[in-house]
Amino acid sequence: MQPLPVSVPLAPASANPAVEVRNASVVYQTADTPVKALSDIDLRINEGEFVSLIGPSGCGKTTLLRVIADLEQISAGSVLVNGVSPHDARMARAYGYVFQAPALFPWRTVLGNVMLPLQIQGGAGADNRAIALEHLERVGLQGFEGKYPWQLSGGMQQRVSIARALAFEPKILMMDEPFGALDEITRDRLNEQLQQLWQRERRTVVFVTHSIAEAVYLSTKIVVMSPRPGRIVKIIESPLPDERYLALRDTQAFMDVAHQVREALADGHLE
Amino acid sequence: MATSNKPAPPHWARRMWDTGVPVAVLLIVFLLIWYAAAWGMNGTAAVERVLEPAGNPWTWQELLLTTWNMERPVLPAPHQIALDFWSGLVDWPLDSPRNLLFHVAVTGETTLVGFVLGTLLGLVLAVLIVHSNTLDRALLPWIVASQTVPVLAIAPIVLVILGSLGLEGLAPKAVIAMYLSFFPVTVAMVQGLRSPLVIETEMMHTYAASRWQSLWMLRLPAALPFLFPALRVGIAASLVGAMVAELPTGATAGLGARLLTGSYYGNTLAIWSALVMSALLGLLLTTLVAATEHLALRHRRQP
Repeated sequence: MQPLPVSVPLAPASANPAVEVRNASVVYQTADTPVKALSDIDLRINEGEFVSLIGPSGCGKTTLLRVIADLEQISAGSVLVNGVSPHDARMARAYGYVFQAPALFPWRTVLGNVMLPLQIQGGAGADNRAIALEHLERVGLQGFEGKYPWQLSGGMQQRVSIARALAFEPKILMMDEPFGALDEITRDRLNEQLQQLWQRERRTVVFVTHSIAEAVYLSTKIVVMSPRPGRIVKIIESPLPDERYLALRDTQAFMDVAHQVREALADGHLE
Repeated sequence: MATSNKPAPPHWARRMWDTGVPVAVLLIVFLLIWYAAAWGMNGTAAVERVLEPAGNPWTWQELLLTTWNMERPVLPAPHQIALDFWSGLVDWPLDSPRNLLFHVAVTGETTLVGFVLGTLLGLVLAVLIVHSNTLDRALLPWIVASQTVPVLAIAPIVLVILGSLGLEGLAPKAVIAMYLSFFPVTVAMVQGLRSPLVIETEMMHTYAASRWQSLWMLRLPAALPFLFPALRVGIAASLVGAMVAELPTGATAGLGARLLTGSYYGNTLAIWSALVMSALLGLLLTTLVAATEHLALRHRRQP
């Protein structure tokens, strides 16, 4: 087994950045004092990386994701997504966003829900239908296209929402604690499927979680964050092989990375 | 004693029995009170107009029967209304003003036109209010104020204004019906269009959806469960508006006009028949709306 690198190697300069965050801060004005939700964030996410943002609640991990997705504005610094501002990236439909809840429209079938972004984009109905069916197959939901959301389990609903986020083949997939509301067994299975999906397509993924196991299992890079003010305490490049399987979680290498993450979280808390 | 091989009564039969018995008991009590009231209210007139002119001594049974079969009773007995109602349905050709269905057609047409106009107006107002803070503040007070003015006061004004524009007949009546029916639709749709969750509007945002797309694909479908109850109220209000509109227009056709002529000539039976007919029409219209609702929202049922 390979010893873990002491210092984190920088990403090769040739790799194209998908997301570049420089000195970004987010300050909320409250009645008495301004609250720093994010403070001096520097983060570079390369194309094809699977990056997890992890930390306790209030550390700004969701805020950071929302900043990248143009759902929240920065107070200072700069953010580039695919080389352009988050707003332009959003208008160019550069990313798909998976929320904590599936947020499926109850009046649409599963297929109709996956077709939603395609219809917004425009395009022929028949094409949209074919594309949506293909995406449903990729998340293993062929045969369920005619069902309505309430007829599906929570895990299946979240898979539909992943298929929907992937509908117009965005270069970046952003996920905000997508499996947080699911039971552990379902969560494990979805993690495995998500990992396989990433294996096949090597799409850039930015993933927010508060589960250490989930972050270590999925990510090529783990960004550990800490609250008050929300900041990055450590960025850990995972030494694990790209190809993952659930049993990997019992290996020493996995536990070493998990230990690193736990240490970083504890450090952030003590400061 | 129920034995094991005796089949249990079917579900619907059980339900009919469970709800049918209390309903029947209530109906009987109601009818008894009505007959008693008819006797009490018509008693004096029965003695003065029927029994005393006849000159013969009369028994209390005769008094009772007379009060229940007067020609112009203060309160007609239920069977009198039923007979008059039935006669109003079958004894005259459909184009005769003595046929109730003739009046139903006239009032029904006004109601439906007013309802459609009112619903459209309500939808447009709600969309404007939801999309503009200025309009929200500018329009809502007027909309609420409009409903505090009695429709009977508005009706003559509408008649005069539309009459000066050369609009007579259906148009002014439909406008008055619309005046009553747009309000519930507006209020419910403002609430319904604002009902999508933050997560849902943010999702549309990430798809770079335009305002129209968000309205069409998210806000409007999300508002449907709010719209239908308002439509049920709206169509009933439209019926009231249609009937009220017939009073000052001097209309000779329509259930409202029938009520007016009935009270003009002291024909209480005609009034009651028209009343029953309008209740049935209202019931039919709201049932149609409810059936549409059931059809439109059938997939949203939760397990």
